[in-house]
This record gives sequence, structure tokens and C-alpha cells, in this order.
Amino acid sequence: MNFFDDLQTYAFLQKAFTTSIMVGIICGVIGSFIILRGMALMGDAISHAVLPGVAISYMLGINYFYGAVFTGILTAFGIGAITQNSRIKSDSSIGLVFSAFFALGIILITRARSATDLTQILFGNVLAVRTSDMWLTLAIGSLVILVVILFYKELLVSSFDETMAAAYGLRTRFIHYAIMFLLTLVTVASLQTVGVILVVSLLITPASTAYLLTNRLSVMVILSAFFGALSAVIGLYFSFLYNMPSGPVIALATTGLFLLAFLFSPKQGVVVRKLKTTNRKKFA
Amino acid sequence: MSDQICVKDISVSYYGTSVLEDVSFTFDSGNLVGILGPNGAGKSTLMKAMLGLIQKDKGTVAVNGKPIKEVRQQIAYVPQRSNIDWNFPITVKDTVLLGTYPKLGLFHRPKKEHKDWAMRCLEQVGMQDFAKQQIGELSGGQQQRVFLARALAQKADYFFLDEPFVGIDVSSEEVIITILKQLRDEGKLVFVVHHDLTKVKHYFDELVLINKNLIDAGPVKEVFQPEKMTKAYQRPFAMMEGLEVPLS
Repeated sequence: MNFFDDLQTYAFLQKAFTTSIMVGIICGVIGSFIILRGMALMGDAISHAVLPGVAISYMLGINYFYGAVFTGILTAFGIGAITQNSRIKSDSSIGLVFSAFFALGIILITRARSATDLTQILFGNVLAVRTSDMWLTLAIGSLVILVVILFYKELLVSSFDETMAAAYGLRTRFIHYAIMFLLTLVTVASLQTVGVILVVSLLITPASTAYLLTNRLSVMVILSAFFGALSAVIGLYFSFLYNMPSGPVIALATTGLFLLAFLFSPKQGVVVRKLKTTNRKKFA
Repeated sequence: MSDQICVKDISVSYYGTSVLEDVSFTFDSGNLVGILGPNGAGKSTLMKAMLGLIQKDKGTVAVNGKPIKEVRQQIAYVPQRSNIDWNFPITVKDTVLLGTYPKLGLFHRPKKEHKDWAMRCLEQVGMQDFAKQQIGELSGGQQQRVFLARALAQKADYFFLDEPFVGIDVSSEEVIITILKQLRDEGKLVFVVHHDLTKVKHYFDELVLINKNLIDAGPVKEVFQPEKMTKAYQRPFAMMEGLEVPLS
């Protein structure tokens, strides 16, 4: 059985392949902004919180996209409302809101009696990607990339120095919720590939890997997208070859790349830094 | 009439606790104004309230009679160093380039002329040799100079600096105060949140002295007086004698 031969033969594999590459890219792009803004937990929260939306869509017989986006946005606002209007810190309010939504989602899905769907939503099943899912991913991906290109300046300044951005008149809260909206879209697009539980790995890990390798945001975003796509390909390859679930394998692929950067990054790498200090001591 | 900023009856509270009460003052352009007061007096809060960055309970801020919203492009703000993520993937030069964003507006990217201008601002603070470094690799004083360069790049008329002299080296402090005085001489209005009392007389023309309420606002020689300082700092004045507060 050869992955690349089969890739040419089977349409389902082609769909899985293109979709997961697209998901890897857009998760990498949006993930860069998520980690720089210190919202890694928020990514985790939104991804879990789309679950009740998916369940409700399923019950109503509509595309899961609508329900997922709805509860995703609701979560972002809920967390914002608690943080701004009480003394609860943001990490606590994130945990508070998303666990509630996640719990609700599990109950709703169980009520809808679709245990298979639950596993699929939780862990993804990239080989079952439908053509419509692929187009949806393409549409979301194009939107995300377009927004990032058009508003790169504003995203940069508001992520780096939000107070300065607000002082010169940028609507920073609007930008925050716009990013939350994109994050929700990206999460929905990733459902089939990695599932809600592991979306966070594609959001955070490739971006963190890129973060260790560069001092420029633009380079970081591109590297992160590249690592996301590469992890998706590696993950899909091994999951196909050894018949393992795609989501976890993709997640571990992102971790593998991160470990390489963590150890060997020219500036930040643990091994490289160690070598430098030993050299310095030698010549001292 | 020259340009001026007029603050009227500003009150701010956090979760029901009053932080600022009825603070009013007016300053003309061409002044270097220190905002002074003990820790927790509401200095930074006052600055943020002036800029409309936090909600006021009441009060107005007028820049030449206009609300702050309409003049944002003429305002440059330098936040406290502790509010910045110094690990952010951005170089020194690109940090200064951010200063050109307000006037660029949406959808326009900085061009060569903007990049050249950013470099010139960087030269003004003597940091041109560090242009390609990541900002976290600099010392505190160097970082503060880069942020001042960013403010200069904004070509603003009004400058707001929150504690620019905290934790920085002597030479950086000199570079910064020299530039602030130049800005004043060019007719700009500069507000500086400050808490080191030793150099107040050498640095500022005018002072705003607060401790939740306004103690006094006006020329340094009128405000920087023992009884007013004691009132603001709520401690015996003798402690401040060594700090060059005039005794008579």
C-alpha cells in the first residue's frame, strides 16, 4: 500500500489531503495572533464551545457550521462579559464558560443519540471529509487569509501594544471580537480534520514553533502556516499508513516539529544555548 | 489663542472605588507638564482617562475645544514599560515604524519614505545601530528611547508618557528629557507621569499634583511647595527636604 499512489487514485484521500493542508495553514495563521495576544486558552475554549452548536444544528437538521459559529461567538462574548464586569480573572472565566458549554454539548449530542458523531466531532475523521466540507474550509481559509493581509498593520499594532492602538483610535475591542470570530470559523473548519479536542494543538503548536525561530511577525505567520500544513501532511500520511486516527497523529506531528525547534532553534534552542555557554566558559 | 488641553471635573472609579475625583486643569501648548503624586494617587489613571482609554464617571477633556475622539491622530502615547510584551517578534525599526500607522490609515502600507522617516526618528534618540535587533534584546533605557522614537514618528502635537524614567540608565534619561524639552520648544504639549521628586524642578515647567483629588496645577515654583507636597504625599515634609523641595 503506497500513500502517494493511493492519493492519485482515491478521491476521498485527495479531499482529506487538501482539506487538512488548508486547515493546517489557516490554523497556523490565526494561531500566530492567538499566542501573541496571550489567548491560547481562548482557542481551547472556543473549540470546545462549538460542541453544543454542532449538536443543535444536528437536531434541527441544518449545516453544523451555523450552530457552531453561533455558540462559538456566544462563548467569546460570555467570557468577555465575565472578565470585564467582575473581578474574575480571564483564565478562570475562560475555564468557567467553556466547560459549561462543553458539558451542555455532550448532553445534547447524547440526547440526539449519535454516539458515532460524538467521537467524530471530538477527535475528527479526516477520511470522511465531504466535498462540501472541503469547499467550506476553502471559503473560511480564503476569508481568514484575506483579513490578515488587509488588516495586517492593525493586527500587528493591536497585538503588540493595545493601549497605543486604542490611543490613536483603533477599535481594539472590535478587533478582539473579530479575531474571536475568525477563530470560531477556523475551529469549525478543523472539526473534521482534528476534532474539537485537538484543534488547540494546530492553533498553538505550529505558531509556538515559528515563534522560536524568528523575530518578525510576518515571517512567524508564514512559518507557522507552513508548519501547520507540514504537520497535517505528516499526520495524514502516518494515520493512513498505520490506520490510526488522523487528529491525534497530526497533533503529535506538530509536537515533533516543536521539539525540534525547542532543541535546535539557532537563537532560542536549548541545545544551541547550552553549546554557546559551554564555549564561552571554555574561552573565559 | 494658542492650542490647549482642558480637563474638566474628571472622576474615575474602579468597581465602585473612587480613584480620581473632580480633577480639572488647563495647559497651553509649548509646555512640559509633570503629573506628580504618591503611589496609587491615580497618575496613570488620569492619563488614561484624558486619552479616553478608560471609562470616566464624569468630566470632559477638550483639545482646542474638540473632544479627544476627533484629534486622536495628533496624540502620541508611550505606555509604561511593564505593559509591553518584550518577547514580541518585532525589530527595533519596525517598532518605530508603528508610529507612522495612525496617519497611514486602513489599507495603506508603510512605504520607503515612512521607513526612512522611522530611521530618522531612531537616529534622534541615538538608537540607529540597533535597528535590526529584536526589542527584547535592548536594555530598559534603550527600549524607552525606541518608544520615544515611535512617538516622534507619529508627528503628533500632544505627547503623553507614562513613567518614562522608571528603571532606566542615566544617559537614556538625558536623551529623553532633552528631546522632550525640544518638543516643548517646538510648541508641543507634553505630559509626563513622574514619581521621582529629585529632578522635578529641572525637568518640568508645569505640574499637576494629585492624590485622588487635585492638590494643585500650575507652574512648578507655585505647585512644588512644602505644604502642597505634604498634602499630596501625606507624610512629614522633613522627609522630602533632601529632595530639593524649596523650604520657603
